[in-house]
Amino acid sequence: MSERVAVRKTYKLFIGGKFPRSESGRSYLVQDANVALSSRKDARDAVVAARAAAKGWAGATAYNRGQILYRVAEMLEGRREQFVALGVSDEEVYAAVDRWVWYAGWSDKLPQVYGGANPVAGPYFNLSAPEPTGVVAVVAPEAPALLGLVSVVAPAIVTGNTVVVAASPSAPLAAVTLAEVLATSDLPGGVVNILTGRLSETVPTLAAHMDVNAIDLTGVTDPDLAADLEVRAAENLKRVLRPVPAEYDWYADPGITRMTSLLETKTVWHPKGV
Amino acid sequence: MFEYAPAPESRSVVDIRPSYGLFIGGRFVDPTDGGSFKSINPASEEVLAEVAEAGAQDVDRAVRAAREAYEKVWGPMPGRDRAKYLFRIARIIQERSRELAVLESLDNGKPIKESRDVDLPLVAAHFFYYAGWADKLAYAGFGQRPTSQHSGTDPRPLGVAAQVIPWNFPLLMLAWKIAPALAAGNTVVLKPAETTPLSALLFAEICQQADLPAGVVNIVTGAGETGRTLVEHPGVDKVAFTGSTEVGRAIARAVAGTRKKLTLELGGKAANIVFDDAPIDQAVEGIVNGIFFNQGHVCCAGSRLLVQESVADRVLESLKRRMAQLRVGDPLDKNTDIGAINSAAQLARIRELSEAGAAEGAERWSPPCQLPERGFWFAPTIFTGVTQAHRIAREEIFGPVLSVLTFRTPAEAVEKANNTPYGLSAGIWTDKGSRILWMADRLRAGVVWANTFNKFDPTSPFGGYKESGYGREGGRHGLEGYLNV
Repeated sequence: MSERVAVRKTYKLFIGGKFPRSESGRSYLVQDANVALSSRKDARDAVVAARAAAKGWAGATAYNRGQILYRVAEMLEGRREQFVALGVSDEEVYAAVDRWVWYAGWSDKLPQVYGGANPVAGPYFNLSAPEPTGVVAVVAPEAPALLGLVSVVAPAIVTGNTVVVAASPSAPLAAVTLAEVLATSDLPGGVVNILTGRLSETVPTLAAHMDVNAIDLTGVTDPDLAADLEVRAAENLKRVLRPVPAEYDWYADPGITRMTSLLETKTVWHPKGV
Repeated sequence: MFEYAPAPESRSVVDIRPSYGLFIGGRFVDPTDGGSFKSINPASEEVLAEVAEAGAQDVDRAVRAAREAYEKVWGPMPGRDRAKYLFRIARIIQERSRELAVLESLDNGKPIKESRDVDLPLVAAHFFYYAGWADKLAYAGFGQRPTSQHSGTDPRPLGVAAQVIPWNFPLLMLAWKIAPALAAGNTVVLKPAETTPLSALLFAEICQQADLPAGVVNIVTGAGETGRTLVEHPGVDKVAFTGSTEVGRAIARAVAGTRKKLTLELGGKAANIVFDDAPIDQAVEGIVNGIFFNQGHVCCAGSRLLVQESVADRVLESLKRRMAQLRVGDPLDKNTDIGAINSAAQLARIRELSEAGAAEGAERWSPPCQLPERGFWFAPTIFTGVTQAHRIAREEIFGPVLSVLTFRTPAEAVEKANNTPYGLSAGIWTDKGSRILWMADRLRAGVVWANTFNKFDPTSPFGGYKESGYGREGGRHGLEGYLNV
C-alpha cells in the first residue's frame, strides 16, 4: 500500500476572527512553511477589526472574559502536540497553558486590587476603577515563540482591551497555531488579531496609527527602531510599554504591571445628601 | 447687582523681594549662563519681582545637585524620616497659608477667595497625604516587581525627577508634583511657569525652613527653553509635565528612546451634561463653577455645556441670570468671583478663539460687566448655537468661555461628549442614579463628576484618557509614576 500523502496546512493571518491571506498576496519561507507576509494595509485592517471588537469585549462582564480566557487554556492544553510538532518544548506549552489560567483569574480581581473607594475630605462618594485603554498594538518577543506571545497578549485582553499583535518573525508558526486555539475558544472575532511578517513593515504603521491607544514594544530589540516607534506613538499620545527584554524571565511570576500599563483609571464623584 | 464696599485682603502679609535667584542645592544662587525676566501682577501689570532665567549650565547644576542628594541623602534615608520632612512642609504651608494665598493671587490673578479657600488647603492636604505614604510604599498595592536581576519586592524610587508645571494653579501643581516624588524617595528639579514663579520660590524658602536636606528640591525658573533643557537632560530619570497637549507631544518625542518614565497631564475639553430631570438651580451652579472657576484656566473645565433640548431655554435663562451676578475685578478683593486673565498672551488666545466662535456663526453673550482699565480681563462669556465642528467646541480655550450645545437622547449626549481627542473630565447632572452610572461607564474621561463639578482631593486620582495625557496624580495611583514598578 502506498504511503498516505499528508494534507499540509496553509499558515495565514488572523484578523477579525477570520484567517485571510495577506492582501499583498505575499509570503515568506520560514520554519519550512510559506507564511503570510503582512503589509501596511493588513496592519490597518487589523486595527479596524480590533476597534470593531473593542466595545463588545470591554462591555463583557469580567466573569465572562475570565471564562473565555480559561477556555483558551483548555483548548491549548488539548492541542499540545501540535505545538510540540513545531518545536515548542513540553515545558513551554505547559507554562503557556498555566499563564492563560493565571490571567483568566485576574479578570474580576484586578479592578478590586487596582481600584476602590477614595476617602475624600468631604461628603462625596468617590470611586476609582480601571478601564481598558482600547486598542493595543503588541510586538511579541522573538522567543519563546509561544510563551512569549501568550505572556504579552493575555494581560492586554483580560482587562477588556483588543490587540493587534506582530508575531515573532523568525518563529511565526506557533502564533498562527495559537490563532486556531483562539478561534475555537469563544473569543469574539477581532479581540486578538495576529500579523506575521517583518516588523519593519507593520509595526511603524501600528505605532503611528491614530486609532491605536497603546503600544507594547516588548519584542523590539533594536534601540533605534524603538526610539522611532516611540516618536510615532507620541502623535496621539499612545501609552507606551517598553520593558527591558534582557531582564525578562518568561517563566517567572509576571506581576501586574503588564495589565496596569494598559489601563485607564476613571474616578467618579457624587455628593452624599438627603 | 448689589453694590458691595471693597473688601481687599492686605498685601502686607507677604514680603516680595526685588529679585530672586535659582534654588539649587539648598541655596538661592545667581544664574551662570542664564538671564532674568520680570514677573508681573496680571491685574495691574505692576512688576512684582525680577526672576532668574536658568540656562543650560544652571539646569545641569540643578540636576547634579538633585543627583547627589538622591544618592547620598534622600535615597538612603528611611521612609519614616522622609515622611517627617513632608509632614513638616505640610505644617509650614498651613502656618504660612495666608501669605502664600496672597502671593498666589498677586502673581496669578486668581481671586483671593479661591487661593485662600481652595488652592492652599489642597496644597497642604496634598503634602500631608503623601507624607504618610513615604514609609508605606510596600503597601501601595503594586504587587511584586516583574522579574529581573535587580528585583526586590519593595517598590523603589526612580532617581531624579524633572517636573514642569503650568501657571493656572502654580502652588497646587507644585504640590501635585513634588509631594509624591519626594514620598517615593526621588529628588526633584522643578520648573515653574514663566508667568507665575513666585509661590514656588517662596516654597523654596519653606524647604529651607523645614531643614529639608540640600538638593532634594531644586527650583529653576525660566521659560519654555529652560523647561526643554530640563526634560532633555540625560541625568533625569523621570519627566512629569502638566500643560498643553502640544507641548506634551513634543516632550513625548523628546524622551523617546531614553527610558525616562513619563507622565503627562494635558489639555481638556470637558462636556458638562445636563439632563431634563436635573435640579436646574444646582446644575447652573455647577455650570458656573465648571467654566468660570479660576477664570476658566482649568484643564478639566466644563467648557462644553451639553444640555437636553427640552430644558435648554430654562437652563440658559437661569445661567444668564446667574452670570449677571458674577463679580469680576480685583483678585485681592474677598468678594471677587472672577479675577484677571493670567497674561497678555493668554488673553490674546481667548480673544482670538472667541472671535472665531462669532465668525463661525455661534451667538455670543456676556452679562453687562465693567472691566478694570489696567491689567488683563475677559468678561464671562457663553456661546449658543454651537456645532461640533466649531473651533470653540473643539479647541481648548482655557478662559471663561462656555460653548453650549444641545442633545435629545442619552446616547447622543455620550456621542457628543466623547467626540474630542481629549478625555480629562466630564460632568453629569440628573436625578436618576442608574443614568449617572450608565453615562459614567460610557464617558471616556479620567474624572467624572456627577451632580457636582471641579472637586479635587489628594486621595482621588486625577488624569486623562486619550490626548489628555497618561498617568494619574493623587491617591496611591499617583505614586506609580515615581516608582520603579
